[in-house]
Amino acid sequence: MSGTDKTPPTETEDKATEDRAPEAPEAPSRSHSLLREIASGNALAGVLAVVLAVAVGSLMIALTDEEVRETASYVFARPADFFNALWDAIWGAYTALFRGAVYNDRVDDFATQIRPLTETLKFAAPLIAAGLGVGLAFRAGMFNIGGRGQMLLAGAAAGWVAANVDLPTVVHLPLAIIAGMVAGALWAGIAGVLKARTGAHEVIVTIMLNYVGFYLVFFALSRQSLLQAPGSGNPKSAPAAETAVMPKILGDRFNLHLGFLLALVAVAIVWWLLNRATLGYRIRAVGENPHAARAAGIDVGRTYVVVMLIAGALVGLAGTNQVLGTVTSGVTVDLDAGIGFDAITVALLGRSRPLGILLAGLLFGAFKAGGFAMQASEGIPVDIVLVVQSLIVLFIAAPPLVRAIFRLPAKEAK
Amino acid sequence: MKLVLRNITKRFGSLVANDRISLEVAPGEVHCLLGENGAGKSTLMNVLYGLYKADEGEIELDGKVQHFTGPGDAMAAGIGMVHQHFMLIPVFTVAENVMLGNESTGFAGTLDIDAARERVREISERFGFHVDPDALVEELPVGVQQRVEIIKALSRDAEVLVFDEPTAVLTPQETDELMEIMRQLKEAGKAIVFITHKLREVREVADRITVIRLGKVVGEADPKASNAELASMMVGRPVELVVHKDAPQLGEDAFVVKDLRVRDALGHVHLDGISFTIKAGEVLCVAGVQGNGQTELTEAILGLQEHVEGSVTLDGKELVGRSVRQVLDAGVGFIPEDRQADGLVGGFTIAENLMLNRSFRSPFARRGSLRIAELDEFAKTKLEEYDVRAPDIYTHAGKLSGGNQQKVVVARELSRDLRLLVAAQPTRGVDVGSIEFIHKQVIATRDSGVPVLVVSTELDEVVALADRIMVLYRGQVVGIVPGDTPRETLGLMMTGERPKDVVA
Amino acid sequence: MTTAGLTPAPAPTAGPVVDTVPVVSKKTPIIFGVLTVGMALILLFEGQSGETTFRLAARTDFVQLPELTVPTMAGAWTLTVVCALLTAESVRRYLARRRTPLWLLAVYAVAWMAAFLTWAAAGESVPVVGLLAGSIALAVPLVFGALGGVLGERSGVVNIAIDGQLLFGAFAAAMIGSVTGSPWVGLVAAMVAGALVALVLGLFAITYFVDQVIVGVVLNVLVIGLTSFLFSQVLAPNSESLNTPPRFPRVPIPVLGDIPLIGPVFFRQTAVVYLLYIAVALVAFALYRTRWGLRVRAVGEHPKAADTVGIKVNRTRYRTILVAGAVAGMGGAFYTLVSVPQFNREMTGGAGYIALAAVIFGKWDPIRATLAALLFGFASNLQGVLAVLGSPVPSQFMLMLPYVVTIFAVAGLVGRSRPPAADGVPYRKE
Repeated sequence: MSGTDKTPPTETEDKATEDRAPEAPEAPSRSHSLLREIASGNALAGVLAVVLAVAVGSLMIALTDEEVRETASYVFARPADFFNALWDAIWGAYTALFRGAVYNDRVDDFATQIRPLTETLKFAAPLIAAGLGVGLAFRAGMFNIGGRGQMLLAGAAAGWVAANVDLPTVVHLPLAIIAGMVAGALWAGIAGVLKARTGAHEVIVTIMLNYVGFYLVFFALSRQSLLQAPGSGNPKSAPAAETAVMPKILGDRFNLHLGFLLALVAVAIVWWLLNRATLGYRIRAVGENPHAARAAGIDVGRTYVVVMLIAGALVGLAGTNQVLGTVTSGVTVDLDAGIGFDAITVALLGRSRPLGILLAGLLFGAFKAGGFAMQASEGIPVDIVLVVQSLIVLFIAAPPLVRAIFRLPAKEAK
Repeated sequence: MKLVLRNITKRFGSLVANDRISLEVAPGEVHCLLGENGAGKSTLMNVLYGLYKADEGEIELDGKVQHFTGPGDAMAAGIGMVHQHFMLIPVFTVAENVMLGNESTGFAGTLDIDAARERVREISERFGFHVDPDALVEELPVGVQQRVEIIKALSRDAEVLVFDEPTAVLTPQETDELMEIMRQLKEAGKAIVFITHKLREVREVADRITVIRLGKVVGEADPKASNAELASMMVGRPVELVVHKDAPQLGEDAFVVKDLRVRDALGHVHLDGISFTIKAGEVLCVAGVQGNGQTELTEAILGLQEHVEGSVTLDGKELVGRSVRQVLDAGVGFIPEDRQADGLVGGFTIAENLMLNRSFRSPFARRGSLRIAELDEFAKTKLEEYDVRAPDIYTHAGKLSGGNQQKVVVARELSRDLRLLVAAQPTRGVDVGSIEFIHKQVIATRDSGVPVLVVSTELDEVVALADRIMVLYRGQVVGIVPGDTPRETLGLMMTGERPKDVVA
Repeated sequence: MTTAGLTPAPAPTAGPVVDTVPVVSKKTPIIFGVLTVGMALILLFEGQSGETTFRLAARTDFVQLPELTVPTMAGAWTLTVVCALLTAESVRRYLARRRTPLWLLAVYAVAWMAAFLTWAAAGESVPVVGLLAGSIALAVPLVFGALGGVLGERSGVVNIAIDGQLLFGAFAAAMIGSVTGSPWVGLVAAMVAGALVALVLGLFAITYFVDQVIVGVVLNVLVIGLTSFLFSQVLAPNSESLNTPPRFPRVPIPVLGDIPLIGPVFFRQTAVVYLLYIAVALVAFALYRTRWGLRVRAVGEHPKAADTVGIKVNRTRYRTILVAGAVAGMGGAFYTLVSVPQFNREMTGGAGYIALAAVIFGKWDPIRATLAALLFGFASNLQGVLAVLGSPVPSQFMLMLPYVVTIFAVAGLVGRSRPPAADGVPYRKE
């Protein structure tokens, strides 16, 4: 910066930096700064995050493997044994995962070979639907941690309609699905209304509603007059009637059911909503800067309520997917199978964008399908999937950390 | 203690915020650092205070080169800072704030609050500050809060005191008191750096003046130099302080406010029954020190305030009790005082920002769908028309400079069919070129027969734009006076006093 | 506004505020009213007959307080009338623009609870000592967790990961306790484990500015996955050597332990509980009376101001959350070294979230948060006791209580709560 003929910094730069650098404007809300954080991380960092998480997972598998530990005791005497055992443990785990999630080369007929892939899609369906619910709320600047409660309420409502109403399929199935989605919407709507009316933080409210919902459904499941299967002593409802079960879309040999198609439809609708609809525009405006949205005549409180209703309906879709498609033998309190929380990681990995959520849902669906196969064939607890999943999200959220670990050059500051 | 800054250079990425700036301050001297907003004054002081690390250059105290790694080092070396945005913790008492970071403790780290109280009293008495050590800071008036900042610095035995834009939040009266305090400190042998962009204050207390512009020292100026000389040094060219405008073509009483009363959720009254009228084709400027009800006034008109009583009518239609959307639909254009918080969505593109208050109906919405082609077309036109300097309409608003951001807001508001324009601090933090442009737009709006309400804490702006001036003090109207009222009178009115010849 | 001449300005007060209309919340009287009417309705439509007995002493007590027996309906109605009177007093104070004082709140709570118990335990006897002592037992991890939460949030770091800290603490205590055979070593291991979770939270939230709510939620999932994985892979197959931790014995304190009612409830506990008392006092003292506490609070309220007086913001935050993690970890140890002598997957059952609720309900104050945690402990223990007595209230509704109360709390129905100003906001220098 010397000499006489230097052009002064353009006024644009000057002001922009003066505004930003010395006194960074406060992040408008917690969720956005994160979303921006995620969005600014490049694709490479994303891939590396997955690699890193899988590496940690491998390490855990290796360290807890019996044979590895045995051979480690005489690693200096016969290192080959140790490394063989190490390799076997990790390779075995991941091939089992692959066989369980994508393609099984150990069977003869094609249908059985690709069966794992359909399992992946089956597991992905609720993750995608619930992930959309969480992601949409994110876009409005809201944290929907209430997936579990919303799924439970939705499952209970759908399960009740499925077991207690007698109608032809064309009416019964849609009615059950709608009942579930409405229940999920209303449950999430409580958080929206409280935030809009009283400013109650939705993180706390949705967390608490998870538990309230759990005990509420538990209560209903232990009352004959409400949800409990007639004559049963267990907290479980009667199985869904044939007319309310989601049809299998690839025939009876595969478990893949209508739920997956519904999830795809949901992706398309949410995409349209966010990118092409005025409501979605307002949702994004509220999410990015609620003050400016309010000053521009957008009813922020109402937007919160509407967003939570839609988000709850989407999570509710995941709930009905479980009750009417995946496990039709009756509603129980663990019908959500961790999906409510998985949905948060799906939404984060998918950067709250519908297509991203679709891909993230497929990836985590594959982890689930493969994880169960891995547990069955290699004896590795399926919980490893949780570990890898949460590590991916953590790493994705902190690209500088990933870069530091891989010694990549830091991105240009500005 | 003598302070010398030598060739300080500070870069943020590709931007050079300070370019080889040198500065000398001797004990018993007030050295003014004069420059526009964004000239790099605050950056320089943050370097001096150890908040930023200089890329090049040296800081010397009494001939010894200093290496500050943080504010702690700077304070230990004897530098005290009175920050523009007070660095006080609102929920702490005065004594707690003063002792923070410099605590005297008893057994096991127990706070010795009595020692801190004593220190506050002692300093307070020496300089006649009248500060209660046990008062909660958030409950003190701004002027007193500023004294707490000064006590904080003095309690650490600061020999060099830096005042960063200290008068921005003060009434003229409080400003006078501050000037007096500075003189006192000077007498006591302190070296004082006084950062400001207000010419009158500079001439009042400065012993020496250094002018900086765009991160560089432009030169030293004599305290006896005229306002115009100082101003042109500061902005680099003769400034036009006056906006050329014709006499207003006044129409009907279009905008009428009657007995407007605004409370907040805690019951504090911010506007206490104010009444005024703006005719079609007239600019009414609201003057006053920040925080005397101006914000609440504009927000109440827009429907952004909750507890509003009284009446606000536009063309005979009542606005109180309507939603923001209804008010906007009634033809009110609104330029909020804080564009980043209330005017723009930083993460949205320029185009998206241009439809922010028009997402409900045509031309940009139809049956719930966005009409993106129409929006893009519109945005391109406005980008051109309002001279927004940006690569394209898909640039995020948050990436624009202050002036260009403000132009986006102005473009959006003025491209609707307006019946009233409400502009709050329309040129705050905006470069000189954009100020002129925005002022012209405001006058053009007036000339098209629209009533205009401008709120500004800058007297220059008020005087430049106003057909009539209303002064607010503590939520009440001190008086409504003609646009050519002398500044001295206005300044007096801003303290809540009404000169004899002024009728409310 | 027409007087000529120099109108003197009104006497200077804080800011430009002209005058203030005091606002007194009408929520308290409303809540009192609703609860009283609810109680009356219960008595009207779900009347019980017989007598209710309150056992005020444990069988082993040195001083035996007599049992208290009241006719159920008469007793419950009397107490309900007391509630109604207290409600009236609250309304009167509201009309006089005065707040409902804390003692009124406390008396009301006790009266209402007594009315409820009298009705619910008709024909039975309520073991008051057992009820209260059990509440303490259930509340211990909650209080530790809440203290950890208060510390973290006071320094500006939202700690959703309390549950993870409890769970990891429980795991570490079980494993290390089993290996070493010493509950004390297990306790230290739990503290280290809790601090470790906090360290990861700090790494992401403080150093890498990742949203603190997200880090917290994800960390909880991570710890669940990690401990469940290690449980199945390592602990379960070697249960003898790795998952049979020694337990802390009960140590009655002489004299104090013999005080009727209070003694058996508070002073016949394990060392962990006594440590809890110390921890509560210590945290409250340190936060408000020491240099460390002043700096922690400064960093949580206005980090930049703290920075400008030479306080290292992020270092302070790291230190605070490490201490907070260790405190929460101790709560985890309570599960495996006192309650159940072995680790189980997801054994905290989301207690960390109740602790978080206590932090908010307790308005980020260590003492109030402790009281809130005790209240929640009481609610869940009450549920257990009522289930044994065969009470007419479904147990699920009792279990729901802490969560429902918290929702009411954050919705501002039980008083305004004001979190530290910089809570959850990462501090960036440039």
